[in-house]
Amino acid sequence: MTTLLPPKFGPYGGQFVPETLMPALIELEQAFVDAQKDPAFRKEFEGLLASFVGRPTPLTYAKRLSEQLGGAQIYLKREDLAHTGAHKINNALGQALLVKRMGKKRVVAETGAGQHGVASATAAALLGLECVVYMGVVDIARQEPNVFRMKLLGAEVRPVTSGTQTLKDAINEAIRDWVTNVDNTHYLLGSALGPHPYPTIVREFQSVIGIEAREQMLRDVGRLPDTVIACVGGGSNAIGVFSGFVDDENVELIGVEAGGSGIASGKHAARFGDATKARVGVIHGTRTYVLQDEDGQIAETHSVSAGLDYAAVGPEHAMMRDSERAFYTSATDTEALSAFQTLCHTEGIIPALESSHAVAEVIKRAPTMRKDQVILVNLSGRGDKDLNTVIKELGENL
Amino acid sequence: MNRIENAFKNKPIFMPYFPLGYPNLPTSIDVIEALAKNGADLIEVGLSFSDPLADGPVIQKATQIALEQGITVKKSLAAVAELRKRGVTIPLILMGYFNPMLAYGLEKFVHDARDAGADGFIIPDLPLEEAVEFQALVGDMPLIQMLAPTSPNERMESIARNARGFIYLVSVTGVTGARTSISDGLGDLIQRVREHTSVPVCVGFGIGTPEQAKQVGALADGVIVGSACVKTIGGNDNPVEAAKKFAREFRGALG
Repeated sequence: MTTLLPPKFGPYGGQFVPETLMPALIELEQAFVDAQKDPAFRKEFEGLLASFVGRPTPLTYAKRLSEQLGGAQIYLKREDLAHTGAHKINNALGQALLVKRMGKKRVVAETGAGQHGVASATAAALLGLECVVYMGVVDIARQEPNVFRMKLLGAEVRPVTSGTQTLKDAINEAIRDWVTNVDNTHYLLGSALGPHPYPTIVREFQSVIGIEAREQMLRDVGRLPDTVIACVGGGSNAIGVFSGFVDDENVELIGVEAGGSGIASGKHAARFGDATKARVGVIHGTRTYVLQDEDGQIAETHSVSAGLDYAAVGPEHAMMRDSERAFYTSATDTEALSAFQTLCHTEGIIPALESSHAVAEVIKRAPTMRKDQVILVNLSGRGDKDLNTVIKELGENL
Repeated sequence: MNRIENAFKNKPIFMPYFPLGYPNLPTSIDVIEALAKNGADLIEVGLSFSDPLADGPVIQKATQIALEQGITVKKSLAAVAELRKRGVTIPLILMGYFNPMLAYGLEKFVHDARDAGADGFIIPDLPLEEAVEFQALVGDMPLIQMLAPTSPNERMESIARNARGFIYLVSVTGVTGARTSISDGLGDLIQRVREHTSVPVCVGFGIGTPEQAKQVGALADGVIVGSACVKTIGGNDNPVEAAKKFAREFRGALG
């Protein structure tokens, strides 16, 4: 059996799923390949990105932040201004259009922070699909506003109580639903992970971020950035923005993982940052770097941001890390919370806690760069959903 | 004649699944020994994984408890060796997810499994496409291929053609767990598989009662019982006695 598109990224990726799902992956790949070639599909997708999502999202010069840090000039790609408040809608809409093409009526999705759940519920409402979102009870507690949003949009939110009750377990449950209802159901996977063809599909639907950002840099700033920074959970916003610059060899690409309470504490989600716990393994259908114990059991992870709290990373990031086309670092909970506040104060923008990890890296890096250098940071989402968490974490210091 | 071929001399065969380490390691060894000595023709010995995405609630919970009790791949293989020492002679097939095997080291895993006395492997998240590396290591120990109702004919053919040991036919779309009735199309599905292979076809997923086992046994070469076995035995105050009774009932129903 051969695939239409390359199923691997170097040694990473692949299709490690039960046999029941293999035909669904083959069907999905065929539908995606056909759709990519179909001008009508592209027209509908691009039309919705413009008229419904509000694309292109702006490029904002962070003047006061740049001045305060005293180094590189900082530009923000404003995915927080996309409809539903994050980049997730790009992929959700693209996949929902594929679902219609395949003639399926129902989608299941996993969500951590709730942004992908909201995006899926939104796309499902727009296109008249039934939508069930699986969400760990730990995440339901810390992202409550998004739970209400999903329900308002007509989705059913099913709490997941198995395992660690976070994103990884929500993915398990979504896959179990999919394997049971595969005849009429599509798994609307929200990040650049999972079995082939998902990492490729998600990258393609998110590549609009990088394509727009590159055009905007050239048009508005007159040059490409020296450095592009994005947070990396599964890695969909990062792969989306990176894809616009991957062929520009002089543009440095930096992914920022969740450092949680610090790498040494063991409580984090830094798959590339902790050689004692991260090894190449297989989880949720893909071979990649996975935080695990000696016996191959998937490790519990920790991050203040639900969207980065996951034990594995998208396989294309694993390849880019090995080839050193991209570099990966991490920001702790404390650094992310501090960056969150800094962006609020200096730019009047409340970023998502996930995106705040990328901002934290900007704060570390910009002062070491010259004033004629440029950083582009992908502000993947807005922070309204995180207010409960931030209030709890900052308490009286707010 | 190897142990697997030998087991299929009297068809249909009874093939229970039980995870090592549940409810604790010594009890699970006793349970598997009791199943083996009271009618099981082949046992799927479960290796636990933190994220068993093909399993329903019963096996999820049991393997979670096994992990909490400290089960590891290494201890599981030692338990298989212990079962051989106790005179268990039926085939023991290791059933588990791929990541713990990768973490153990594939070559070492196959080597140590053979030394322990295991007869083959079932790995639900290792479809044909990804099995090349593992297939190259197993030698005469079969990696049992799974087929599903969703498998198209062409795919069924290429999987079945190279199958060794037996085919594990998933009877329903879904995760493991007992169902209230046997799917109507099962006979046709089994017939489709038989067109492509001469190895025995065994049916699993959703078989929960001796009566259902009897129905499936009339069509297939073997009947796989997982969740019902785990639930009945694990939920009993005397798991070993429950295992003996369970094996006798199912073996009896299959005639």
